[in-house]
Amino acid sequence: MSKITFAIGGVHPDDAKLARGCAIEVLPLPETLYVSMAQHLGAPAKPIVAVGDSVKTGQVIGEPGGFISAFVHSPASGTVKSIGPRKDLAGNPVTHIEIAVEGDEWVEGVDLSDTLVTAIPEDRAAILDRIKSCGVVGLGGATFPTHVKLNPAPGSVAECLILNGAECEPYLTSDYRIMLERTKEIIVGAAIMQKVLGGCRTVIGIEENKPEAIEAMRKALSELPYSIEVLPLKKKYPQGGEKQLIQAVMHREVASGGLPISVGAVVQNVATSLAVYEAVQKNKPLITNTLTITGNCLPVEKMHNYLFRIGMPLSYIAEYAGGVPEGAAKLISGGPMMGRAIANLDAATVKGSSSILYLTAESTKRGKESLCIRCGRCADACPMGLEPFLLRKLYFAGDVEGLEANAAQDCIECGCCLFSCPAYIPLLDHVRQAKGMAMAAIRARAAKK
Amino acid sequence: MDSIVIWTIVILAGLGLVLALMLFFIAKKFKVEEDPRIEQVEKALPGANCGGCGYAGCHAFADTAVKAADLSAHFCPVGGNDVMKQVAAILGIEMVEKAPQVAVVRCNGNCAVRPKINVYDGAESCRVKAALYSGDTGCSFGCLGCGDCVAVCEFGALSMDPETGLPVVDEAKCVACGKCVKACPKALIELRPKGPRGMRVYVDCRNTDKGPAAKKACGNACIGCGICVKTCTHEAITLENNLAYIDPAKCKLCRECEAMCPTGAIHGVNFPKPLDREGIKARVAARKKEVRNE
Repeated sequence: MSKITFAIGGVHPDDAKLARGCAIEVLPLPETLYVSMAQHLGAPAKPIVAVGDSVKTGQVIGEPGGFISAFVHSPASGTVKSIGPRKDLAGNPVTHIEIAVEGDEWVEGVDLSDTLVTAIPEDRAAILDRIKSCGVVGLGGATFPTHVKLNPAPGSVAECLILNGAECEPYLTSDYRIMLERTKEIIVGAAIMQKVLGGCRTVIGIEENKPEAIEAMRKALSELPYSIEVLPLKKKYPQGGEKQLIQAVMHREVASGGLPISVGAVVQNVATSLAVYEAVQKNKPLITNTLTITGNCLPVEKMHNYLFRIGMPLSYIAEYAGGVPEGAAKLISGGPMMGRAIANLDAATVKGSSSILYLTAESTKRGKESLCIRCGRCADACPMGLEPFLLRKLYFAGDVEGLEANAAQDCIECGCCLFSCPAYIPLLDHVRQAKGMAMAAIRARAAKK
Repeated sequence: MDSIVIWTIVILAGLGLVLALMLFFIAKKFKVEEDPRIEQVEKALPGANCGGCGYAGCHAFADTAVKAADLSAHFCPVGGNDVMKQVAAILGIEMVEKAPQVAVVRCNGNCAVRPKINVYDGAESCRVKAALYSGDTGCSFGCLGCGDCVAVCEFGALSMDPETGLPVVDEAKCVACGKCVKACPKALIELRPKGPRGMRVYVDCRNTDKGPAAKKACGNACIGCGICVKTCTHEAITLENNLAYIDPAKCKLCRECEAMCPTGAIHGVNFPKPLDREGIKARVAARKKEVRNE
């Protein structure tokens, strides 16, 4: 039993990795793809094609809209049918490019073969440029542009690159499957990032409920010439949180408001590592990712891990997998702890899509809310050491200074407080608002300076 | 024994006298001259401390009003023109009467015309809901129905109508302090002039989607067809982003737009007579014919 984990808080939901045995299948292309321009953290991309243009697979169709932004590429070849607002997962209008699919003809210069390329380019700037031009973003959930993260501000030194293979969210198995099926590619991707960061220590952290993945990684590493280690981690949610992982691996704590690089850490998801490999070694832009179809009202034989192209409507994928099962009361994109309920199944997949989760009414029903009895379970469960019950109170009082003093801005929205509350108080809903208030105050102050 | 009691009384009384004298002279020496009118103005104000005027309570209002050259930046929405007249009299400045305002909720997507497409089970708060997603109906602009506006109203002027799922403004109680305007995450509430005898016409919708999408989400939505703009003879209506807006300053309350609106997004309230839809339609058609013939 591994004892490596973060110091405080955390909860132990049933891991329910039901789709772990399902090999990755490639989804066929639908007739129409809707490519969102807001697939990453930061400014939305700006469309650079016009209606009627014909595009090839992998062609740039959206340019970064700011410093923190990313390129968006066409996921198939065809014609641009329209550019305009379309509803996203939450039902809010976002600019999408609609592409009428005619085939899968790639742009030139992309290596489509399966051969493993282990020779890493020498030029650091060229690697970073390739990662940027291929639109690679963090696929662990936050979709932060990878080239920005791999290029720390002058003066800060990366001491450790942590590859995040924890996949601590229950149900999700997409990272697990790629760790089994694309093991060597992930390792080469990690070696590329290691090189960019100046050859620092590199660790792949995997929760020990995935022994096959740990084994596969160790075996592949013994066959490859890189100095990378595999670290089995204790199974505890949210092990895959950036700050939690740094604490587990490096025993260092990121200060409130600080970035991981301030303690010498860079954390990247294993799926991001795969995307980096494909971008740098194969010149392949990020237009695919893996997504899990699972849930507790689905028989195992109907569960899938799919390789999807960005822009496929979720409804198309759900239909292809056999339709929305009977008894599904709540549909979630992402894991059950941090994922968002799907308000609009017609929404298109984005780079960071990781699952369609079907849950029964019984398992998602919230209990009747009652009064806080100050039991302190939420404070015990919080991995950031916050006091959610207090933050909620301060939020209701509108006390921004109090929220800041009690570090509401440090909340990682993991949902441990809500999960542990015996009074069924929607703590996360309120603390998330509290965090927004504190962040707005901090930002307003920074803008004044 | 007796002497101890006497001495105690004498010493304490003497100490009290000395300290009182010290305080008296210090207070005289360091006295801050405050304009006596501040207190007078504050007394004239309702004392609700609601902040509806934009100042931090009634004292801050009085303090700034006394120092101001004119009262253009000061208006107490709770007291209205009567109170402002008193304030102006105290300060000896002239005041310009303001038309009384009222909060108007610009969404009429009731449960019957705006079907729910999903179920919300999070915290009962519009702010929380708006941060999570666009709402449980197909319209991403409409009322979320959790009643944040009702909760902030200090005058009991707002209530949720369980039948329509929309907030209702009690015009007799609303003082147009504007708290609900700030509380609504969808910016649905607007302060509009009450109008003569309370009569006013407004577009009861904030949906800026294109016509078909708006219509699909809600039967009462403004679809941006522009018929009202063409009908209006007072140039009071503008159309922007597929949404019409009636300028209360220009509107002459003829109700022609209300009668011509194909979706019923335009509402007239407090009119003594019900809307004569057919009569107005005939009148507008006749006028158009005349224009064409000319």
